[in-house]
Amino acid sequence: MADRVTQEPDRREREARAATSGAPSTSSEGQAAPALQTEAKGQRPAAGTREAIYDLDDVGVAYGGVPAVREVTFPIYQHEITALIGPSGCGKSTLIRCLNRMNDLIPAAAVTGKVAYHGQNLYDDEIDPVQVRKHIGMVFQKPNPFPKSIYDNIAFGPRVLGMDGDMDEIVESALRRGALWDEVKDRLKTNAFGMSGGQQQRLCIARALATSPDVILMDEPCSALDPISTGRIEDLMLELKQNYSIVIVTHNMQQAARVSNMTAFFTVELDADEKQRTGRVVEYDDTEKVFTNPSDERTEAYVTGKVG
Amino acid sequence: MNTVPEASLSRKAVERASSGQRTKDLMFKLMLLLSVSVGFVVLAALMLDVLVDGGSRVSLDFVTSFPSRISPENTGVKSALIGTIYLMILCAVFIVPVGVATAVYLEEYANRESRLSRIIEVNIQNLAAVPSVVYGILGLAFIVRGPLGLGPVLLAGALTLGLLVLPVVIIVAREAIRAVPSSIREGSMALGATQWQTIWKQVLPGALPGIATGVILALSRAIGETAPLLVIGAATFARFNPEGITDRFTAMPLAIFEFISDADTEFRSAGAAAIIVLLALLVVMNAGAIFLRNRYERKW
Repeated sequence: MADRVTQEPDRREREARAATSGAPSTSSEGQAAPALQTEAKGQRPAAGTREAIYDLDDVGVAYGGVPAVREVTFPIYQHEITALIGPSGCGKSTLIRCLNRMNDLIPAAAVTGKVAYHGQNLYDDEIDPVQVRKHIGMVFQKPNPFPKSIYDNIAFGPRVLGMDGDMDEIVESALRRGALWDEVKDRLKTNAFGMSGGQQQRLCIARALATSPDVILMDEPCSALDPISTGRIEDLMLELKQNYSIVIVTHNMQQAARVSNMTAFFTVELDADEKQRTGRVVEYDDTEKVFTNPSDERTEAYVTGKVG
Repeated sequence: MNTVPEASLSRKAVERASSGQRTKDLMFKLMLLLSVSVGFVVLAALMLDVLVDGGSRVSLDFVTSFPSRISPENTGVKSALIGTIYLMILCAVFIVPVGVATAVYLEEYANRESRLSRIIEVNIQNLAAVPSVVYGILGLAFIVRGPLGLGPVLLAGALTLGLLVLPVVIIVAREAIRAVPSSIREGSMALGATQWQTIWKQVLPGALPGIATGVILALSRAIGETAPLLVIGAATFARFNPEGITDRFTAMPLAIFEFISDADTEFRSAGAAAIIVLLALLVVMNAGAIFLRNRYERKW
């Protein structure tokens, strides 16, 4: 039932948007710092004022010369949830790791093309990846709390960034935004490893929120969780998109359909002569359209479950 | 009632192991047990022998008296025990920063594919296997004489032993650092922490129990070494304690060496007592290492 409740306003939005907008605008007016949205939940700016927070232009990633994903070109809109779906090996996780330069941690990875964030190419020479990650948080497939107390897990980010203010308040605020405060307020000093998997993942989300990022990247955040924990995290995502832009990689198509506004469907293309497997975007559109009336037959085959 | 005949049928279907196979199995087990007992029995015999010879000589007086050349009943290991403890501390001061820094570089910064880091890696493995007397000669040539020219003093001994066990510390520290899962590093970096902050605040605290265990085990090897200290010219007999790092010194293995090579059997029992003291020290250190490992071991 929780799904239905959270899905309803979303569907209305999408219908409203589909009625007023044609093709998604690719212009990036989002040069200014993102202002906090004050609309009530379920409402968003009219379609014409959608701001692209990212503009991907011919983005490709190769590991040691072998392309993993290429020719990715689409905008990602502010204060929306963008889902990346597709079969294994299609490069969606690789792509999401370009959005905060986490690919830099893999020495063999080479990124081509332009990943514009508020108009600024993140792969420009003068960009410091550490600064990028201060603005763009990330949640991983497997919950990865630090082997510290719940409090210290949340406080780690603000501390390394040298954030001002009362740490107790920062921690409480982050845990509240992560919908975890009521469950853990009495055991903040206990080790985070004692939490359940779902709680650990929400702790990781709260930890990402503590540094007040603009964007949260989620790489299959629910794949290690049971359906109840998954439902809670989906509810949380719908709440968070009021103030944050979210990009999520998921293998769970129902999840993409439930939470996202826009969906990019990736597929693996086999190079006939070289036998290389490379991921490409087949379709990027409103989630409603991708799941009900996809324009490409490969998308249709995938979302209807005809091919895995 | 249907299930009973079915069950007995299926029991028939499985053949019984032949008695020959069982004998083979038993023989193999016995051989393994025999192999285990070789090491164990020899060690136990050695310990027993030492205890019988020197057990009665171990006393507070023995560890608080300077050695004597004339009266075996009044001789002691004070200077050697103090020397060994100083050696251990100085050695730790040298190997912990150098060893951990090397391990951090090799694990976190060096490009593992590069030829240079592979050469370094193979060399460290080889250095760990170099005989200790070779390190003694190295210490004599470069630390006692030669470029450093310290003379056969405490610092020279500590540096020589430090070089000897440094490869072990590096290898253990690398393993401990590698055991910290990459998801912890990613989680830290994704929050905007620099690589240095990630290493200092996440990786090293996570690797600390493993590193500490390795350092203790390395030190317990260092304080048992005799050959390098003999080669660099440390005293085997000293009726004085080292006062500073540039003083001459002796150490437990050297005192044992001195006692045992005496013609007088009375002195030899003092040697056995010194062995007991050194073994006790080693047992305490290794117990500390095991405690650390069990107490702070992390299951990621």
